Amino acid sequence: MSSFWDALAGSFGLVIALDPDLMEIIGLSMRVTLTAVFLACLIGLPLGAAAGTFRFPGRTLLSVVLNALMGLPPVVVGLFVYLLLSASGPLGPLRLLYTPTAMIIAQMVIVTPIVAALTRQVVEDFNSEYAEQFASMGVGPLDRLMSLLWDGRYSLLTVALAGFGRAVAEVGAVIIVGGNINHVTRVMTTTIALETSKGNLQLAMALGIVLLTIAFVVNACVMGLRATAVRSAYA
Amino acid sequence: MITRPILAFVFSALLSAVASQSASADENFIIVQSTTSTQNSGLFDDLLPKFQEKSGIEVRVVAVGTGQAIKNATNGDGDVLLVHSRSSEEKFVTDGLGISRSDVMYNDFVIVGPPSDPAEIAGTKNVVAALQKIAETEAIFASRGDDSGTHKAELRLWKAADIDAVSASGKWYRETGSGMGATLNTGTGMGAYVMTDRATWIAFGNKGDYQIAVEGDTRLFNQYGVILVNPEAHPHVKATMGQSFIDWLLSKEGQAAIASFRIDDQQLFFPNGSKGSS
Repeated sequence: MSSFWDALAGSFGLVIALDPDLMEIIGLSMRVTLTAVFLACLIGLPLGAAAGTFRFPGRTLLSVVLNALMGLPPVVVGLFVYLLLSASGPLGPLRLLYTPTAMIIAQMVIVTPIVAALTRQVVEDFNSEYAEQFASMGVGPLDRLMSLLWDGRYSLLTVALAGFGRAVAEVGAVIIVGGNINHVTRVMTTTIALETSKGNLQLAMALGIVLLTIAFVVNACVMGLRATAVRSAYA
Repeated sequence: MITRPILAFVFSALLSAVASQSASADENFIIVQSTTSTQNSGLFDDLLPKFQEKSGIEVRVVAVGTGQAIKNATNGDGDVLLVHSRSSEEKFVTDGLGISRSDVMYNDFVIVGPPSDPAEIAGTKNVVAALQKIAETEAIFASRGDDSGTHKAELRLWKAADIDAVSASGKWYRETGSGMGATLNTGTGMGAYVMTDRATWIAFGNKGDYQIAVEGDTRLFNQYGVILVNPEAHPHVKATMGQSFIDWLLSKEGQAAIASFRIDDQQLFFPNGSKGSS
């Protein structure tokens, strides 16, 4: 077990030393994942809310598809985005392969179904509660969507965090479309994979602990903000 | 109102992403498709800053197995190919996908194994005889199984030993389908023999009690070659910058830089650059 404790100690050493390479890698990880989650929410929240609110043909099928896509293997998403962005692919001329933008796109594809599927569930529950009220007040569809999303905002924060957790931990997609290029597309997870393949298991583990700590801090911040907001909302 | 600070935060993240994207779009870089051994050993970390200082060109390395590197380059996703499987490299050139291939450097493969040495091959120089003993004793052997340069070299050696190792796949022959480092991690974990390039082995940090069992056979020679991706096949290839990287690698200065890269006082790659060597 000593190597585990060495890794733990090593991770503190890495953070305390504020190693500039590590800071760069952490910065890129956050930039890619937060952007991807933000964009996934832009698409996933309205999509999920619509699926949870309105009756339309194929609604059940859409829900099943969204739920199934939550299990998308990142490697498959990576391959899909690679084939799309490759110089020989349909979007090749954009020259996006091996850039952070490619990694954002891949993570967005992974996270959007998660956000949409979980949002659908949250909004559907609220909708069944409010349906009569909406009907009696003659609320239009767009206003209905907006007020459901607004009233569900605290639950939806958890939805966004679920997406964040999946994206920040994912390695299969970003290593294919980013290429793990030093100082360009190297993020926490690809660094961990690289150090593991170099046999530097303790360093890899230490980096893993750093990643976990960052995820913890992000979650704590969001939940803290939420708690403050809830308190002021019901004060 | 909780959404506002979060939105502002995420939005600024988005803006910075876009901004830095355009900042890095100065195009003064090339992409090199290469193999894991050159990256995992730390060679590129040592070499590339020297080239960048001299030329101002940034070299972005995508390190994958030789098979995948060639496929990526075939798709046009790279300007230069630096790999180690001569026949595949020559095919890449004759297919019109690359402009002439040059030798850059070499090292050698070794077979590493546990100290218990179940196949009793430690110290053997004849690699073919060693493989035959592994097969006879059905000692566990971990193969890359990923169409990489090392994997292809290993398959050639099994063929030379007249053994159909792949038919024993899942029994004593274990195909990991992973990179060199991952295969070494797996192999050392299950007490298997593993064939690896010497550079990766020397730089590998998880050796445990493993030792080199077989080395020194001329058939374990491992040649690295470099090819410029053909701009006629892929017009966006940065041929001028790619060629200046190749020229530098083959120059006296580049070759000296390769020779001077050492880990634990051992030289990992031996320059033998010769332009258009095949």
